Amino acid sequence: MNSSVIIFPGSNCDRDMDVALKKFGFNNQMIWHNDVDLPKSDLVVLPGGFSYGDYLRCGSIAAKSKIIESVINFINSGGLVLGICNGFQILIETGSLPGALLRNKYLEFICKNVFVKINNQKNSYFKSIKKDILELHIAHNEGNYFCTQDEIKQIEDNNQIALCYSNEQGEIDEKYNPNGSLKNIAGIFNKKKNVLGMMPHPERMIDKYLSGDDGSIFFETLLNNIN
Amino acid sequence: MIVNEKIAVDHGLKKSEFKEICNLLKRVPNLTELALFSAMWNEHCSYKSSKLHLKKLPTAGKKVIQGPGENAGVIDIGDEDAIVFKIESHNHPSFIEPYQGAATGVGGIMRDVFTMGARPIANLNSIHFGSTQHKKTKNLLRGVVQGIGGYGNCMGIPTVGGQTCFDESYNGNILVNAMTLGLVNKNKIFYSKAAGLNKPIIYVGSKTGRDGIHGASMASAIFDDQIEEKKPTVQVGDPFTEKLLLEACLELMADDSIIAIQDMGAAGLTSSSIEMASKGKLGIELNLNKVPCRELSMTPYEIMLSESQERMLIVLENGKEEKAKKIFDKWNLDFAIIGKTTSTKKIEIYFEKNKVADVPIELLTNKAPEYNRKWKKTKLPTKNKFNKNDYKNLKISDVLKKILSNPNICSKEWIWKQYDHTVMGDTIQRPGGDAGVVRVHGTSKAVAASVDSSADYCFSHPLTGGKQIVCESWRNMISVGAQPIAITNCLNFGNPEKEKNMSEFVECVEGIGEASKYLNYPVVSGNVSFYNETKNQGIKPTPSIGGVGLIKDYKKMISMGLKKVGNLILVIGKTEGHIDQSIFAREILNQKKGPPPEINLFNEKNNGETVLKLITDGFIKSAHDISVGGILVALAKMSINGNKGINIKKPQNLVNYFEYFFGEDQGRYIIEVEKNDMDKIKYILEKNSVYFNEIGIIEEKNIVLKDKLNITIDELIKSNKTWLTNYMSK
Repeated sequence: MNSSVIIFPGSNCDRDMDVALKKFGFNNQMIWHNDVDLPKSDLVVLPGGFSYGDYLRCGSIAAKSKIIESVINFINSGGLVLGICNGFQILIETGSLPGALLRNKYLEFICKNVFVKINNQKNSYFKSIKKDILELHIAHNEGNYFCTQDEIKQIEDNNQIALCYSNEQGEIDEKYNPNGSLKNIAGIFNKKKNVLGMMPHPERMIDKYLSGDDGSIFFETLLNNIN
Repeated sequence: MIVNEKIAVDHGLKKSEFKEICNLLKRVPNLTELALFSAMWNEHCSYKSSKLHLKKLPTAGKKVIQGPGENAGVIDIGDEDAIVFKIESHNHPSFIEPYQGAATGVGGIMRDVFTMGARPIANLNSIHFGSTQHKKTKNLLRGVVQGIGGYGNCMGIPTVGGQTCFDESYNGNILVNAMTLGLVNKNKIFYSKAAGLNKPIIYVGSKTGRDGIHGASMASAIFDDQIEEKKPTVQVGDPFTEKLLLEACLELMADDSIIAIQDMGAAGLTSSSIEMASKGKLGIELNLNKVPCRELSMTPYEIMLSESQERMLIVLENGKEEKAKKIFDKWNLDFAIIGKTTSTKKIEIYFEKNKVADVPIELLTNKAPEYNRKWKKTKLPTKNKFNKNDYKNLKISDVLKKILSNPNICSKEWIWKQYDHTVMGDTIQRPGGDAGVVRVHGTSKAVAASVDSSADYCFSHPLTGGKQIVCESWRNMISVGAQPIAITNCLNFGNPEKEKNMSEFVECVEGIGEASKYLNYPVVSGNVSFYNETKNQGIKPTPSIGGVGLIKDYKKMISMGLKKVGNLILVIGKTEGHIDQSIFAREILNQKKGPPPEINLFNEKNNGETVLKLITDGFIKSAHDISVGGILVALAKMSINGNKGINIKKPQNLVNYFEYFFGEDQGRYIIEVEKNDMDKIKYILEKNSVYFNEIGIIEEKNIVLKDKLNITIDELIKSNKTWLTNYMSK
């Protein structure tokens, strides 16, 4: 399986993602933001980081990069595009995903483990996943998901909510919401479910010596589903 | 403007120093030249008050590749891997503007590390604030934490450890010390020594602006009421540009284009160009019209003194200019050839076709003054005599809870959860333990690092205090299963022109030297920050020690959380019940006098090495060194981290419960072991003459001591984990 990770100036989880994808069997390539063409890929990943220093608005400048046109064409042709953290912010800025990511409710950067409940398994990302509650890691300043009432209705009607912050038992409640996100949203799909944006970093939880290895389940499932 | 004595004094030089400059030059310097002298001769760059004493520190060792004198120290960690590391202060700017001051402190230390060709892999910090009651403390803490996070998080380097202290002696002068570790192939280390004639001098990175002019001389000034007016001397950080600079530099370093490289830190272009030329015994010629400037009509004086961030100076091989430029273009960074190396051994600066400075480099470096300032030995204070009456109204559980929630002991999670500590995917021990641990990417090795200071001990008796910090750093390494390798020190002191402060400095350094020599734990880098004084009120002597150790097999790393019910708890090292200067004496008995606990280097080394052997042999399940707060606080932290309780036995040879549980005797550890291994463990401990006793057994929930103490983990957690969050949200 071929994957491509795009590097923007200021990306800083690109290597971590490369390590994770390769560990679980992807044949991964790193793609520079100024390139025009994407190599043949089964999966394109926009990694975490601070593209363009998060200046202006997180993800907004990266969304105008040369490579983005190819990414959008890839999305339109049904290709799988995954955005983690800053990658999620970029996908929103390109209009590939609805809504906005605001500053965290308490105006502080948050780095910690969280539990997320998978809300929709009928897609290439989570089909047949062996657990529906994952312990993952967040590290962000702007992860407070927000959209209008009309938008959230559409998102719910189309079953586009991918992940919600929860407790270990999968109970979704404001108590377990680390950043003020609407309806505890941690990740969403586009309508076709080929684009997934999520704040948690599965690539940081890929072996038991780190703070956990539920990220492994995420990548294993993704690889199986693409196969 | 014609330079005179008054102008020189305004630049921070002493009258006698100005006289000496005129003598050496055989003329009066012009303003630009005076700027060079004021930058190079100030305390921050010249180490004029400290040099004499720093020479006494042990800096060599089998694993030391580079000691002090370079951008950072380098140690060998086996195979072809080396770790580059250093700690540095950014105290004065952080008090004036906490966010930018702290952020640029972090940025500066990371540049020191990647200048040497290393990719930064971990950040740590040691921060000291005034009393929690002081009106500025909260804002300063918030600003500093956000500044450290803002820079490190954006760079994508995990912040894996640190320490935070509060004491009223920092009310007018906070401390922000930042430490970075980087990983490099030991055959691909870059140094700052220029070599070869007519080699191009390259400027890369951000443009030069008017920010930070006189930053280095501000760092060596005493604060007064008008300190806020110094805000323009604080630099503004841009971590995004630094991230690009890091990637671009490492890309250029992949081959052999670079002869020498140095970051533009304190005193900017002045110190970087002069130091590179000085080390190579060369001259340097600069054309300031070529320097990329952010603002219009900057003068040579301003360009030479600017401390704009995220800039590097490179001496390049001839013919490599095009290739290098391409890399910096790719990363959207400025690249300019601003001069060349010469044989004159002088710095010659041109601006608008005029020569605006012409000074022999030796005058700026080797001829800088060196002072043997007055100091005298500090007497060991007399021991307090505590008696039963002092303790009669105290309950062990109340004392424990009070200490666990003390600002200097409580959990600092509110701070470190604002730092990205997991990026790079190799953090195997997060903040909150004895040391942060990151794997050496792609290998079975891991590196442990911690930062420590003990200002109360140092204030009471500097010599003992200096020794103690090194020992504590060493114990932190041992406790996570790492072989301690080397340290970096950041020496924060008051005004060296005062005998008391100078004495504190000299004896702390002596103590550090003695312990590091005995433990074979050499000092490979560091910096000195004097003049931490506001309105005649100096800080307590606060050397911070950053320690680095190696774990050969990261799977054998140890953490402090208790692991298994039924396992035994041992105390390693002898408990005499030393109460003076303990947090118990200071906070509960309100007795702030008396000597710090004595350091026995033989026991320290023997206990540490034996514990490490037990870890390597796989006998230890969890470990924690006993430091501030004593045995019971250490046990409570292990309980909290592992979410398990302990049934404590009545200790042998007990004089008094309070002295036993809260005394701060040194050289001690708590370890968790399995019952079945006890015979073998006993054999090893006895063979090595290590004093130990079995203090209890792990249980499901509470910490219990028959008739004396019964406290739940939840109560412990509540005491320990809520104080700081509550304080900051009020």
